[in-house]
Formats: sequence, C-alpha cells, structure tokens
Amino acid sequence: MTGSTILDALTLQLGYNASLVAVGAALLGFAAGATGSFLYLGKRALVSDAISHATLPGVGLAFIVMVTLGGDGRALPGLLAGSALSAAAGLLCVTWLTTRTRLSEDAAIGAVLSVFFGLGIVFLTIIQAMTAGRQAGLESFLLGATAGMLRSEALTIAAGGALVLALTLLLRRPMTLASFDPDFATASGLPVRRIGLAMMGLALAITVVGLKIVGLIMIVAMLIIPPVAARFWTDRVGHVVLIAGVMGGVSGYTGAALSATAPDLPTGPIIVLVAFALFVLSLLFSPGRGVLAALVRHRRHQARVHVRQGLLALAQGQPIYEHLTLRLMRRRGLIRPDGVATEAGRAQAARALLDERRWQILRADPRHEAAAARYDGLTPLETLLTRDQIAELDRTLKPEAVT
Amino acid sequence: MIGAEFVPLSLPPLLIGVCAAIACALPGNFLLLRRQALIGDAISHVVLPGIVLAFLVTGAVSAWPMMLGAGFAAVLAVVLIETIRRVGRIEPGAAMGVVFTAMFAGGVLLLEQSDTSSVHLDVQHALYGSLESLIWLDGLGWASLLDPQALRGLPPELPRIALTLIFVSAFTALFWRPLKISTFDEGFARTLGLPTGLIGLALVIVAAIAAVAAFDAVGSIIVIAMFICPPAAARMMTNRLEAQIGWSVGFATLSAVLGYVLAGYGPLWLGYANAVSAAGMIATVSGLLLARAAGFGPCRTRAGAPVEG
Repeated sequence: MTGSTILDALTLQLGYNASLVAVGAALLGFAAGATGSFLYLGKRALVSDAISHATLPGVGLAFIVMVTLGGDGRALPGLLAGSALSAAAGLLCVTWLTTRTRLSEDAAIGAVLSVFFGLGIVFLTIIQAMTAGRQAGLESFLLGATAGMLRSEALTIAAGGALVLALTLLLRRPMTLASFDPDFATASGLPVRRIGLAMMGLALAITVVGLKIVGLIMIVAMLIIPPVAARFWTDRVGHVVLIAGVMGGVSGYTGAALSATAPDLPTGPIIVLVAFALFVLSLLFSPGRGVLAALVRHRRHQARVHVRQGLLALAQGQPIYEHLTLRLMRRRGLIRPDGVATEAGRAQAARALLDERRWQILRADPRHEAAAARYDGLTPLETLLTRDQIAELDRTLKPEAVT
Repeated sequence: MIGAEFVPLSLPPLLIGVCAAIACALPGNFLLLRRQALIGDAISHVVLPGIVLAFLVTGAVSAWPMMLGAGFAAVLAVVLIETIRRVGRIEPGAAMGVVFTAMFAGGVLLLEQSDTSSVHLDVQHALYGSLESLIWLDGLGWASLLDPQALRGLPPELPRIALTLIFVSAFTALFWRPLKISTFDEGFARTLGLPTGLIGLALVIVAAIAAVAAFDAVGSIIVIAMFICPPAAARMMTNRLEAQIGWSVGFATLSAVLGYVLAGYGPLWLGYANAVSAAGMIATVSGLLLARAAGFGPCRTRAGAPVEG
C-alpha cells in the first residue's frame, strides 16, 4: 500500500462501489456518533450492545425463510428487515427484564445479547447444513465486509446512512432535552417515553445499516467511542452531539476508504481503530479534561506552592534545601545561583510574608469567617478583600510588623 | 442415546460443557449482584487479541501460550477500563464499551494481517468454539473410565477445565464470608477492615481465569451466557445467596446437558442429518431457563414492588 493509493482512497478514486460505501459509512458514522451521544448522556451506552448482538438470529431466520420461499437467501433488504425485527425483540426483552423483574439493566443486556447471539449461531449452523458446503456469506455480518459488495448493496447502505442521518437531525431537539434532563422534559410536556423509544429505534436503525460494513460485534463501537471522545472537548450537549457526529463521520469515511486499498484490511476493525485513535487523542490532549491539561495544571499548582513556601522561607531568613524550590526560584530570578535573594526576590518575599500575616489575623477574627474559609496558603488576600478591609487588618498588624 | 458411542463421543464434551458452565456461573453470581455482569462480556471479547498475539509470538497453536496471552489481554483490559474510567471520569459501562470493542477490532485486524490460513484459528472458532470435536477416541465403553491407558487419551481440555472448576470453587468457598459481605454491603465490609478493593479485583481476576479456560474449551458465547443467565435465573428463585449459588449451579448444569443433547440429537429426532452448534444451543437453553424463571420465579420482582397478576 503506497501513499498515492491512500490518497486515491481518501479522494474517492477507487471505483464507484468503494466510493458509495465510503460515503455511506461517513453518513452512518455521523448519525451513529450523534445518536450515541444521547445514549451516552442517558447512561445507556451498552444497550446498543444488546441490540447489535440480537440482530444475528434475525439475519439467520430471514435467510432460511427466503430460501424456503424459493428466493435468494442473500438479498440484503430481506436480511436487514429480519435483523431489525429480531433486534427489536431483543430490545423488548431488555426492557421487560429491567422493568418487570429485579434484574438490573446490565444483567438484562448481558443475558439478551448472549442468548440471542447463541440462537443466531444455531441458525447459522442450520444454514451451513442447508447450503451444503456453499458459502452462505452470512459470516460477513459478524465482522463486516465491504470487499466484493454488489452495486445494489452499496446503494442500500448509502441510502440507509442518509436516512438515519436525516432522522437523527430531525429528532435532535427532543432527544437533547429528554436525555439531558428527563424531569424538565416531562414537565415541559414532552412525551419522554416515546422519545426514548425513538432514540432506541434510531440506534437500532444504525445497527442494521451498519451490519454489513462494520459487523454486529463492532457496530456498538460507532455508537460508544465517538460520544465518549467528544465529551472530553466540551460541556455543552449540542457541541458533544456535533463533535461526536464529526468524529464518527471521519472514522467511518477513513475506515471505509482505507480498507478499500488492500484486501487484508477489513473495514469494521479499521473504522473502530480510527475512532479509538480519536478517543486516545481526546483523552490525552483535550483542554480541561485531558490528561496533558491535568498534568500541566498539576505542575503549575505545584510550582505556585513551592515558590510561595520558598518566598516565606526567604522572608524569615531560613535556608532553603528543597531542590525543586531552589530550581523554580532561580528560574524566576528570585534568588541568585548561590542561593542569595535578588532584589526582586526580597521584594516578593516581603509581600508574601505580609500577606501571610494578614491571613493569620483574618483567620483569628470570627468576623471574617466567610473569607477565612477561602484560605489555601496561595490566594493573595488582595483578591478577596477590599482595600478598606485590608487597611483595617493592617491596623492590628502594625505593632507586630515594626518589630 | 446411551449406546456404545456415548462414552467416546458425547461424554467428554458433556463433562467439559458442564464444568465450563459451572466455573463461569460461580463468579457470575457475585458479578451479577455487584452490577458488574458485563465484565464477562468484555473479557470474552478481549481474549481474541490475546490468543492472536500469542500465536504470532510462538508461531503455533498450543494451548498454554494462548491461555497466557488471553489471560494477559483480560488483565490488560481490566486495567485499561479502570484507568480510562478514573482518568477521564467516564461512566464504567462506556469505558468498558470503548476498551473491549477497540481491543477486539485490534485482534481481528491482527488476524487478517497475519498468515493464519494454515492453522485452525479464526474468529468463528473463537466465538462459538467446537465443543463437538472434543472427542475421546480411546474411550471404548464405560470400562475405559477405569483404564489408565485409555484415560491418557482424554482431550486435554477436560482436565484443564476441571482444574479451573476446582480452583474457582475453592476460591468461592475459602473467601465466602468476605465475598458475601463486601458484595452486599461494601461500607460495612470496610468498617470490618476487609480490603474491599482487593476482593473486587480478585473476583474479576478469578472470573477472567474461568472465562479464559472455558473459552479455550467452548468459545466465548457460552462464557458470556453462563456468567449471566444461570445466576440471573437463580436470583428469581430465592433471596438467599447460598440458595442462589445452588440454583445457579443447577441451572448451569441443566443448560449444558440439555443444550448439548438438543444440539446433537434434536435435529436427528426432527429428521435432519446435521447437528447444530452445541455452544449456541447451550446459550439458548440457558436463555429459555432464564425466561421461565423471570416469568414464574417466586422472587422475580424487586423487594417491595407490588406483585402483579
């Protein structure tokens, strides 16, 4: 695989079918990222795992029915309809188990996904016997495969991707309200239950459309990873949805395009891994919640504490032994390399000591209880009190400061 | 069905299936009560990259390196989930979803990239195993069970899963009280001075060991089903943990036996020539048992919830 083939793939130069699939995957990825955000915000991300595994018996049964009726068992619309029906049945089972029995939602999800998947495997082995050695090709639904896809199948997927995206955009407002603040949504007269149902329906539609591209085991990644990654970048619901959509679209598009360049690059895993790479980047580099930002914040705080303690030591004429403190103060020009305070160092040290004394007085004074609670050994008092208040503090300070 | 061919063809897979089912159901009881039921799901997905990596490193399909690789991958996944959950402040379900899908995708990609066409290593095998192929050619009849020469020809999966079952049972019995207390009332357990974090981790590791050993014998579908369905069904039958464990062992055994028999002989009774997947059928039967328990179990509703007619 060379650079130019990758470029060809990303600019849709690898043939009509591959381009259709890439566009379909991008649309699907956008819809999945956006819908997944609502699921994630409602803490129901893993329900999609049950939905996706529950599609398998439907695929198998649809194949068997179509063959028994004398048709072509591999007709994609029939298989997708079957998968949608059985996924809906799985979803019903999860809801029934969680509302009518004592099982918690995660147990219900696990039970439904394993049992439906097991049943699906039973159907697959029946189909293997039916077709007697001929490959039914249903295994491609497990892991996804876009290689050798028919024109009609690629068209179905592109149209399906566009459809679910349109539905997501249509339902965006009510879904935001219902998943972010269900109580407020109920109070505003929104049919929260039905919106929840529509949300699940949308997740189901995305799963069904994505079956052929990503496969049923990994489609759940498209609903979970982009929203989790997007959550790092913002605290606003609308932005999470948009960013997750873009991330999902990018991973769908890149994954489908890259996998078209070589036969041993399966589409599903590439899409998932691109999404995962975006997640890792977000985890590390996002401002605010990212690991790097947290590290920088920690180091900055550490430096403030060390410099403050160093300045207080300077002001009181105590020696400083701590290496980090010495290094930090030298770098800021507060002390000379031999450890003696510079002009600036002495000035700042005096100010720090004065501030600390003022704090001491303030904390001993019950009238300043509210302000005293803000004491952390770092905040300068000038940022909390007015000039008059400080002047009053200083009056009690005076005799001591002179000595 | 108890013919001459029963001992060589059906006895070993039946025993392996039952052992695997019970070994998974035991820790499953505690995971279910701790609302960590999906750990089994996550573990069974991530063993794939583990065994593929082990295969790439050793260049052969041999059991021990692959189990080591799978165990390593399981532990790595647990650590990753925990890290992502803490560092990114992400809810556990989503963190789990991120990690296991990504690792599974990595495993599939590795598998497709490497030349494994010559050996029997594929995703389908990893998913639903091949319980039916674990036959005992030296077992000529019931008498062979006493013949040390013939016993040596048993499929190696059987002693492995039996050992795992003994280990899991021993763990459950030895740490019964700490496990029970920390599962039901973590705060109380901590005031007693029990290391609750360590107990939780040990439980997950034991679950991972059971999952990997069972996975080696029967594929990952049974693992997920047996972690959840028998304990969940048992939960509908009783309010006492001791009784719940008993019920879950019973349900697990019943699913394994009934599932195997239905898969192997059911199609023959219906007039078809080919058997269906035993792993899939065992999972299906466990689901049917759960459905019955959820519909009719005496303790199926939440405590305090009104019993509806």
